[in-house]
Amino acid sequence: MSHSHAAHDEHHDRAPSGLMRWVTTTNHKDIGTLYLSFSLLMFFVGGTMAMVIRAELFQPGLQFVDPQFFNSMTTIHALVMIFGAVMPGFVGLANWMVPMMIGAPDMALPRMNNWSFWLLPFAFILLLSTFFMPGGAPAGGWTMYAPLVMQTGDAFPFLIFAVHILGISSIMGAINIIATVFNMRAPGMTFMKLPLFVWTWIITAFLLIASMPVLAGAVTMLLTDRFFGTSFFSAAGGGDPVMYQHIFWFFGHPEVYIMILPAFGVVSAIVPTFARKPLFGYSSMVYATASIAFLSFIVWAHHMFTVGMPLAGELFFMYTTVLIAVPTGVKIFNWVATMWKGSMTFETPMLFALGFIVMFTIGGFSGLMLGVTPADFQYHDTYFVVAHFHYVLVTGAVYSIMAAVYFWLPKWTGHMYDEKLGKLHFWLSTIFVNVLFFPQHFLGLAGMPRRIPDYNVQFADWNMVSSIGGFMFGLSQLLFVYIVIRCVRGGQKATAQVWEGAHGLEWTLPSPPPYHSFTTPPVVK
Amino acid sequence: MSGSQSASGYYVPHGSHWPIVGSIALFTLLGGFALALNGYGIGKGSMVIGVIFLLIMLFGWFGTVIRESETGMYNGQVDVSFRWGMVWFIFSEVMFFAAFFGALYYARHFSVPWLGGEGAKAATHQFLWSSFENVWPLKSTPNQTLFTQIKEVIGPWGIPALNTALLLSSGVTITIAHWGLQKNKRGQLNLFLFLTIALGVIFLFCQGYEYIHAYHELGLTLHSGIYGSTFFMLTGFHGLHVTLGAIMLTVILFRCLKGHFKPHHHFGFEGVAWYWHFVDVVWLGLFIFVYIL
Amino acid sequence: MIRRIRHRHFVAALTTLTGLLWSFGASADWTLNMRKGVTSISQEVYSLHMIILWVCVVIGIAVFGVMFWSILHHRKSKGAQAAHFHENTVVEIVWTLIPFSILIFLAVPATKALINIESTGNSDLTIKVTGYQWKWRYEYLDEGLSFFSTLEAKSNQARHLRSGVDVATVDNYLLDVDNPVVVPVGRKIRFLTTANDVIHAWWVPDLGWKRDAIPGFINESWARVEKAGVYRGQCAELCGKDHGFMPIVVVAKEEADYRKWVEEQKAAQAAALQADNPDREWTKEELMAKGESVYNANCVACHQTDGKGMAGVKPIAGSPVATGDVADHIDVVMYGRAGTAMAAFSQLSDAAVAAVITYQRNSFGNVAGDLVQPSTIKTEYR
Ligand code: HEA
Ligand code: HEA
Ligand code: HEC
Ligand code: CUA
Ligand SMILES: [Cu+2]
Repeated sequence: MSHSHAAHDEHHDRAPSGLMRWVTTTNHKDIGTLYLSFSLLMFFVGGTMAMVIRAELFQPGLQFVDPQFFNSMTTIHALVMIFGAVMPGFVGLANWMVPMMIGAPDMALPRMNNWSFWLLPFAFILLLSTFFMPGGAPAGGWTMYAPLVMQTGDAFPFLIFAVHILGISSIMGAINIIATVFNMRAPGMTFMKLPLFVWTWIITAFLLIASMPVLAGAVTMLLTDRFFGTSFFSAAGGGDPVMYQHIFWFFGHPEVYIMILPAFGVVSAIVPTFARKPLFGYSSMVYATASIAFLSFIVWAHHMFTVGMPLAGELFFMYTTVLIAVPTGVKIFNWVATMWKGSMTFETPMLFALGFIVMFTIGGFSGLMLGVTPADFQYHDTYFVVAHFHYVLVTGAVYSIMAAVYFWLPKWTGHMYDEKLGKLHFWLSTIFVNVLFFPQHFLGLAGMPRRIPDYNVQFADWNMVSSIGGFMFGLSQLLFVYIVIRCVRGGQKATAQVWEGAHGLEWTLPSPPPYHSFTTPPVVK
Repeated sequence: MSGSQSASGYYVPHGSHWPIVGSIALFTLLGGFALALNGYGIGKGSMVIGVIFLLIMLFGWFGTVIRESETGMYNGQVDVSFRWGMVWFIFSEVMFFAAFFGALYYARHFSVPWLGGEGAKAATHQFLWSSFENVWPLKSTPNQTLFTQIKEVIGPWGIPALNTALLLSSGVTITIAHWGLQKNKRGQLNLFLFLTIALGVIFLFCQGYEYIHAYHELGLTLHSGIYGSTFFMLTGFHGLHVTLGAIMLTVILFRCLKGHFKPHHHFGFEGVAWYWHFVDVVWLGLFIFVYIL
Repeated sequence: MIRRIRHRHFVAALTTLTGLLWSFGASADWTLNMRKGVTSISQEVYSLHMIILWVCVVIGIAVFGVMFWSILHHRKSKGAQAAHFHENTVVEIVWTLIPFSILIFLAVPATKALINIESTGNSDLTIKVTGYQWKWRYEYLDEGLSFFSTLEAKSNQARHLRSGVDVATVDNYLLDVDNPVVVPVGRKIRFLTTANDVIHAWWVPDLGWKRDAIPGFINESWARVEKAGVYRGQCAELCGKDHGFMPIVVVAKEEADYRKWVEEQKAAQAAALQADNPDREWTKEELMAKGESVYNANCVACHQTDGKGMAGVKPIAGSPVATGDVADHIDVVMYGRAGTAMAAFSQLSDAAVAAVITYQRNSFGNVAGDLVQPSTIKTEYR
């Protein structure tokens, strides 16, 4: 270990090499790369499980897996996608971009940054190893509702501890981002000058710090209920299984905004760039993000409308839930207003951002429908819900990550990606993701419950359509990997600004940027 | 944030192997714990190895940071980064406790009254738990065969009140120690720091005594329904945090004895002091919501 | 047959893929929307659903319309020059207030509907519904009737991995039960839902709601079915391995038919009770025969037909419990094993418990040889 002032010392201004570089690195770009690669890997792991799900649901009748394994697939698919693909994806983007956007040399707490990342693989080893344990992998749904989750076999404590480690990792990552933004901004970079991606990430970090410990508490109670005789979630001892759901969703709902606020930031960076026009309503964007974050803490019970809450509770959570449409609408309108009278071009990042706006809104609309309590009595736990959250998660969160990768890849690698292939990737994905998820609305409305491996023949047709869409969407993602790898290997040289309409500190650095982003702080006017 | 804001003075450490050691340690520890809970013998061994690695990591990592700090590598901006880090870490701890306070609140205001036939769930009481009564502290659980029944709960005005006094005065002593540090009165610093630790340790002894008493004489255990569950999880996690805080204070005391910290540059001390105050405040919450109300 | 069906699906999928969504075959089931159902609640919910849906569609058309307009007209390739505005307080306030007022407009009927749904008072009869892994139990509290309802045998056979049965040949595959719950038309029925082991949810789409069945708690809901008929639903909360296989069938009958059904059930139940008399001495043959049927109705889902169990479920064959002390065996069956899927089966009659234990101790290669008499269960374990 070297104890020199890295930033002082010209000789150290390059990356160490070998495997240990990646294991011991404290550099925000290296760590960002690690996060993003890990996220891609987990996207494929989780996606493969989704393919098993779609294969089994291709036709009525059981063809490939037994019901227990099917439930494990659903459960682990969700945990891997959420905690392995989407969240690390956004943290990777933050690691790469936040220091460059605020004019800092690196993250505020570089060693802890390394630890945040290197906890993840170990957490997933714990989680994924459960497939080989007596009783199989957890199969109680990603929500881990008591008392069903208590029936998990040997996998149970591994599940709990994996969640604990993931929580520690997320909290440290979030603390780091807050410390970086609060403390490392270049002179003149006031809060109301921060790029929106940075703003959305501060607020996301706050959500993480406030909600992940609650999840840790919830799963700790599961652990003690199972092994140490407590009775939090058992009526026989004066507890309540529903209490688990309250605590879980107090975490769980902010969690879904953790997966969408950074996406809003990404889109807010891309749309103005390709509209060649400043973002409309910057300050209302900031306030809208903050309101969404605030509201996200008082809507949790909309996931549990059917548990039999008292009427007053149901009304309260209905009103707060639908209220979120207002600040979210502000964002959508601002993006549209940014495009209005712009001078638009449609490179791949812009296509993904536009896809995001349209399809996220569709997902938001179905969310609003779910938020209306009496209607949710019908929708709840059907494929309508599955359709809702895949629209906001896949065509929302995942699309924004892909948009961001196309947007910043030239900056990171110094090469342009293949624009033709990028567009092809977009169109294939967009066609098939709709073939995949849109029919699930119909299935849900027709009465197909979620989390079932087999169904009545009346649901056969749409399921087959959905599965075909799923396979094709999955295959299309191979193209993404190919494009990214090709771009990392080489390609047309990228300029510092990369995109004609790009503004901001990160575009003043050469592509690729130096190992320590800003060794002398830029002055922001 | 003064003139030292310039990034060229900002210390960015090069690679460190402590994080990966920490990850492996945590993995071995928790993986071992999981194995042990499933009844596999190797689990315990794995836990021991994990703890050893964790200790090595903590010593190594903090050792490095202390060394770097003492050799003046950190400027004011690094100091502020540490401060933000500590503040938000403590906030995350607050939210961890919030989950358990929330459970207590829910049990008292929803689940137990419902089981006792109040509010919206009259049928629950009528058909499932017709002999159950809603009283708090909850001494007899809805199903009396599955859980041990409590003879007596611990009232607030005995040991808990004493403990409150102990922790509150420890909050005072650490502040006096801090004043000593700021005025460079090292004797005052060391003495009051020692007193703080002593108060913390006495607190833990009292708590331990209370636990033994609860288990052996009162029938109040983790296994005695929701009262025991919330009681022991809240006070237990608090006790764990006091223990950690006391260990941290001890480290700080040794550093003070070695002459570390300067009147205007002593984040290590302050971070631990903040933590100690946080533990204090949690206790006040416990005292009110667990013991008194 | 199988090939024909596959072929039909394939063609159907292809037509969709090429965008010819509307040219599907006559037999295909391309349901798009929610059912109107047969209760006032379900109709209220349906119209609420349609209102929100149309509100969303209209807002969507407006927002996407503006967006696509500028995508088409404000593009660089058409020579569009970027304007420079980036704020307009009036516009921003307007587009905050409009959605807000739309929401208030939605909240009014939603609140009304909710208050109606939650008004469970003044009911004509009460049915207690208890979820078990993986079946339902119905108790008619006013009639003293009670029975279990499980997946109908043909579906149950077809549903297994590589069962060799084409599920398209099974009527109401996965949506049929052995004992449906029968209700009278036009009466306000109060449903009390609860569960024995894990959380389930009782859902019949035509009634317009679902309600969780939570162990240790009872939830109340109500329905007034307006049309005689058969209404099918499913468990709607993940409850373990066979969550997908615990359907619900509600048969709504005219008052007179309903009464008739109740009397028949009462008579059948009395006869069964007579046969299950716990006070008499049972022969081994009787116990074994009854035990087998109880086993197949209640235990086989987990312990399997060969008694070998499965992942996470201990085998009965060669089990130290099923071959050892009979008291332990009775204990497991009557009280369950906390923290595992093995629930208490004390809801079975004394004779059923005695029989299934006897059966387990003398089958699957177990040769404990001993008998358990119903009277033992009755006197020592109740
Ligand atoms: C990124 C993740 C994400 C996001 C952003 C959202 C956004 C929203 N979600 Fe979603 N949700 C999930 C992820 C997400 N959700 C997941 C994972 C689940 C399932 C969990 C599980 O059970 O496994 C779920 C489930 C879920 C439920 C529970 C359903 C059930 O189980 O019965 C509900 C109910 O209210 C809900 C509501 C909403 C609402 C109101 C929004 C709002 O934020 C949407 C707001 C947006 C808009 C409304 C569109 C744009 C607005 C305008 C154009 C303005 C004008 C509009 C109007 C006035 C209508 N969601
Ligand atoms: C960010 C989160 C995220 C993401 C990205 C996805 C992505 C996908 N999800 Fe999932 N999903 C959830 C979060 C997510 N999901 C959650 C929270 C649940 C609820 C779980 C629960 O009920 O507990 C769920 C549940 C869920 C279900 C319901 C299961 C059930 O109720 O039983 C289904 C069913 O279709 C499904 C499908 C898919 C598909 C097809 C994708 C696709 O987008 C995946 C595409 C990616 C790939 C396919 C990988 C890349 C490609 C290859 C590996 C190449 C090989 C390809 C082929 C062989 C074709 N998901
Ligand atoms: C929902 C699944 C399920 C059903 C249904 C079920 N069991 Fe079990 N049973 C289990 C599980 C799981 C275990 C193992 C419990 C453990 O790990 O200790 C078990 C264990 C047992 C044991 C103890 C075996 C041993 O060696 O420890 C007996 C006896 C038993 N069951 C009898 C029955 C009877 C009789 C029925 C039906 C009336 C039944 N079970 C129905 C899941 C089930
Ligand atoms: Cu019972 Cu799902
Ligand atoms: Cu939510």
